[in-house]
Amino acid sequence: MTDFGSMLFVFVLATFIGLGVIRRVSRLLYTPLMSLTNAISAIAVVGSIVVTGADHPLTIRILGAVALFASMTNIVSGFMITDRMLKMFKKQ
Amino acid sequence: MHLIGELSAVLATALFIFALYWMNDPKTARRGVIAGVTGMTVAVLTTWFQPEIVHHAWIVGAIVLGFAVGIPLSRVPLTAVPQRTALSHAFGGLAAGLVGTAEYFLWLGENSAQLTPFRMSALVIEVILGFLTFTGSLMAAGKLQEVKWIPQRPVTYPGQNFVNLAVLGVAVGLGVALVLHPHAAWGGQAFVAIGALALVFGVLLIIPIGGADMPTVISILNAYAGLAAVAMGFVLNSKLLVTAGALDGSSGLILSIIMCRAMNRSFTNVLFGAFGKAQPVLAAGEQKAWKQETVEGAAQMLEQARTVVIIPGYGMAVAQAQHKVRELYDALTKRGVTVKFAIHPVAGRMPGHMNVLLAEANIPYSALVEMDEINPEMPQTDVALVLGANDVVNPAARYNKGTPIYGMPIIDADKAKTVLAVKRSKNPGFAGIDNELYVGDNTWMLFGDAKAVLSDLVKQFGSGGIH
Repeated sequence: MTDFGSMLFVFVLATFIGLGVIRRVSRLLYTPLMSLTNAISAIAVVGSIVVTGADHPLTIRILGAVALFASMTNIVSGFMITDRMLKMFKKQ
Repeated sequence: MHLIGELSAVLATALFIFALYWMNDPKTARRGVIAGVTGMTVAVLTTWFQPEIVHHAWIVGAIVLGFAVGIPLSRVPLTAVPQRTALSHAFGGLAAGLVGTAEYFLWLGENSAQLTPFRMSALVIEVILGFLTFTGSLMAAGKLQEVKWIPQRPVTYPGQNFVNLAVLGVAVGLGVALVLHPHAAWGGQAFVAIGALALVFGVLLIIPIGGADMPTVISILNAYAGLAAVAMGFVLNSKLLVTAGALDGSSGLILSIIMCRAMNRSFTNVLFGAFGKAQPVLAAGEQKAWKQETVEGAAQMLEQARTVVIIPGYGMAVAQAQHKVRELYDALTKRGVTVKFAIHPVAGRMPGHMNVLLAEANIPYSALVEMDEINPEMPQTDVALVLGANDVVNPAARYNKGTPIYGMPIIDADKAKTVLAVKRSKNPGFAGIDNELYVGDNTWMLFGDAKAVLSDLVKQFGSGGIH
């Protein structure tokens, strides 16, 4: 049960940090913000790596590999398109 | 090894927070991408090098495939960014749902003592959120891409909200039963049923939603995808995942709130209100006729103006007219006209859509002005050029309680001395509402595709036209 407590603690604090930081994001950048946070939340890839790579039954690893592919797609396309968009914002 | 894992998780978390922090200014924003990529690489490598990971070929294969699909997806035209974003929410949801399913059956088969009530609740939440985000986002992406077999117009039927809530209710009910009896013989079937119901619910949730609500819906799906990652973090006992998911979730939440406020609507109203269903409302008073202007006349008006405010909308994106807008911007600024762009928060199909398109056309971001800042300047503006925007400039939103957009803050285009409106067709806009701006005393219409009209306008400023 201490597990649950500390996880909840982390969740609440991280949400507050998130709200504080996101509130200050430039309104110009909401589209790249969404692709960036999407790439970041694809950190779920660590979960899929463990499911895919450990010595589990085959069906489990197939589920993991599809999840790994989906997360990896988000990481690659998310970071790349964010950078591509941000490059375009010029002051003058 | 455990210590290294913990330390790298802390490092990745810090880098992710910095990545978002640097997004507060376009000047530092690209640093955020580098921080994000670094954090991700650290986290992936430390996970991969754990001794329990033995099937490396599988991981390499999935990663290579991810690159093969991800790179083309990052090169889509910027007008297609809303559907790409929806698709990435779908992938995020799918990953969460699949990992949740895999973990459940793993524990069920090998070590069912792991299925504590706490873990079981997290698993149920992860799978419901993950799978509903998956199909919901796929539907949204399909609508945005205008895929043929997905209806663009909102699909509504009697008792729709009841059916939707019933589907979700059954899924949640089964989830509660599983939490109470995690080792029951029917556990596996119940779990599969929960996933299936969540998949169905995602579709049902999105079909009644129309294009004008997409900015809000994409933001809400963003929040769900983040929360699904949080739930996965609870399941896997990973603080890194919980933190990254919470950052994503809070970003989606803030954007949803901003979008809802910009339309003066609540979450429940967006999700269960079926915007497009609203009865078309006739403009107040007698039907007035619009006045059509020629391209030559419009060019003259723009030329003689001191200040011009351009109000872009989804029509500009559809026509891919942003580069022509840039040419007009150049032609006018060269003649000493001050040109600004008024950006409504829900203009386009996702948050920030207009800004990205205009930035792509090399328009400096100092010329892009938020609705709240531009409105006090509108009465002093000589020409307001409405470019494929409709509901966001409809004055009926101020007073006509009968319209579905009543109370929505708008850009005060009608207060400008002259209004030039470029419109594709003579039909009412997406929401099926007449726009009385178009029949205003100081409004002149230019009918046609935004790109074609702008090309003609720019030509007037070139050779042979106005000098």
